[in-house]
Amino acid sequence: MTVALSVRGLTVAYAQNPAITAVDADFAAGAMTAIIGPNGAGKSTLLRAVLGLVPRRAGEVAIFGAPLARVRGRIAYVPQRASVDWDFPTRVTDVVQMGLYRQLGLLGRVHRRHRALAEDCLARVGMADYATRQIGQLSGGQQQRVFLARALAQEADLYLLDEPFAGVDAATETAIIGVLKGLRDAGRTVVAVHHDLATVAGYFDRVLLMNGRAIAQGPVATAFTPDALQATYGGRLALAPTAGQGVA
Amino acid sequence: MFWQALLLQAGYNATLVTVGAALLGVAAGAVGSVMVLRKRALVADAMAHATLPGVAMAFMVMVWLGGDGRSLAGLMAGAALSAGCGLLTVDWITRKSRLAEDAAIGAVLSVFFGAGIVGLTVIQTMQGGRQAGLEGFLLGATAGMLWADALVIAGGGAVAVALVWLLRRPLLLVAFDPGFAETVGISPRRADLILMALVMAVTVIGLKVVGLILVVALLIIPAVAARFWTDRAGAMVWIAGAIGGAASYLGAVISTLAPALPTGPIIVLLAAGVFLVSLLFAPARGAVPAALRHRRVRALRQAAP
Repeated sequence: MTVALSVRGLTVAYAQNPAITAVDADFAAGAMTAIIGPNGAGKSTLLRAVLGLVPRRAGEVAIFGAPLARVRGRIAYVPQRASVDWDFPTRVTDVVQMGLYRQLGLLGRVHRRHRALAEDCLARVGMADYATRQIGQLSGGQQQRVFLARALAQEADLYLLDEPFAGVDAATETAIIGVLKGLRDAGRTVVAVHHDLATVAGYFDRVLLMNGRAIAQGPVATAFTPDALQATYGGRLALAPTAGQGVA
Repeated sequence: MFWQALLLQAGYNATLVTVGAALLGVAAGAVGSVMVLRKRALVADAMAHATLPGVAMAFMVMVWLGGDGRSLAGLMAGAALSAGCGLLTVDWITRKSRLAEDAAIGAVLSVFFGAGIVGLTVIQTMQGGRQAGLEGFLLGATAGMLWADALVIAGGGAVAVALVWLLRRPLLLVAFDPGFAETVGISPRRADLILMALVMAVTVIGLKVVGLILVVALLIIPAVAARFWTDRAGAMVWIAGAIGGAASYLGAVISTLAPALPTGPIIVLLAAGVFLVSLLFAPARGAVPAALRHRRVRALRQAAP
């Protein structure tokens, strides 16, 4: 297994309380991995620490074998229902073109090929008809898809997504999972925080189960077991999968 | 006379003052747009008021050193210094206490402004200093401005405009989505620092033209007026620049004709006029077109039950 993202002994604390403690995890290149755990398990924190958005107290993060600063251009991040000002004067296509920032730099001109790339990314998430809308005019699911299109425009090798399916309708969920599988099939690595245990086996290749610490990881067939889920969620999980079958 | 002044034919000095004011207006509109989009307008107000003690101190120091105390560059340096102190104080209070930022801003604004007024009063009673004209920093006074002062204002305004043009992408990216900006390698902290430095530069350069009480209005009003005409942040920056530039240009012209009027209020009222027109008549977001659209929809509904 080639490792795209490797985390060793990662500890992050907010104020005095540790959010994640000594997490060791490897994320396979060219695979789709779900990060699963109860609320407050530190799933988002793990992603944010990998991206350098929160300071880490201890531990190492290697992305394609290099530190973050050297591989920023190869990573794209889709935050959870982006907490931006939806009345900000920016149109859908402008948001997608933000994904080109590293290509364009401070003053690089937006050429026709850049615009074409942005249009293509919007088409891939089924939002081609909305390019000139102001972002505030979109529904929640559409906004989520625009932010996914922005990540696509970054043409990254590693995609980190924080609950991409939170609060979106079934059609949007299907569209997003299609795009993510397309990325995986093109050899890109996808890591997503995920909540719906029922869809894990259908959507993802691998899982990381965590609750403050890493509890189990590996291919869905071997790591996504009732015992591991029990250990992750404790007694709070009503619906446990039957032995050996995983969760359908 | 009005047309001569408007067409920059009222003398070399008046021309330079007018051009300087216009450049300052463009800078204020452009910087102000980024500032409004980043939601930092209140901090700018605190900073503007915090310039006053610096102006008073700089005057006293220059008189004490034997100068006449009215060198614009010296007064600007003092203003920048105390504006910086004001900014740091707001930051410090917000971090060290449980006070919300707006409370910290209110406290710093009034304390610094009060200290500045005390300083001005002391200067009034000073012997030897030629204090006339210092109160022009409160509301702006372009009439009788020195050639060198106008040059500083024009040059400073041009540099600020150039910096906004150069850094528009990272600044607007941070304003829209600081988290994303960080993942593509832009430091939001550094961008905010640059933004506040630009706001401070506009404030200090604008002291003589619009005055410290109203300079924040020249930062905010063109930006909110421009918002009515576009849905794109990049365009908003330059539309606001145009509005700020036009208002300042016209304000400086009027000020040459009526030197008794303070320049700042004239400029701000002109900009506010543009804002009012935008609020009412801008095609996509204005109140009147919206009401007309509403009526048309209702008429259609009644026609086809």
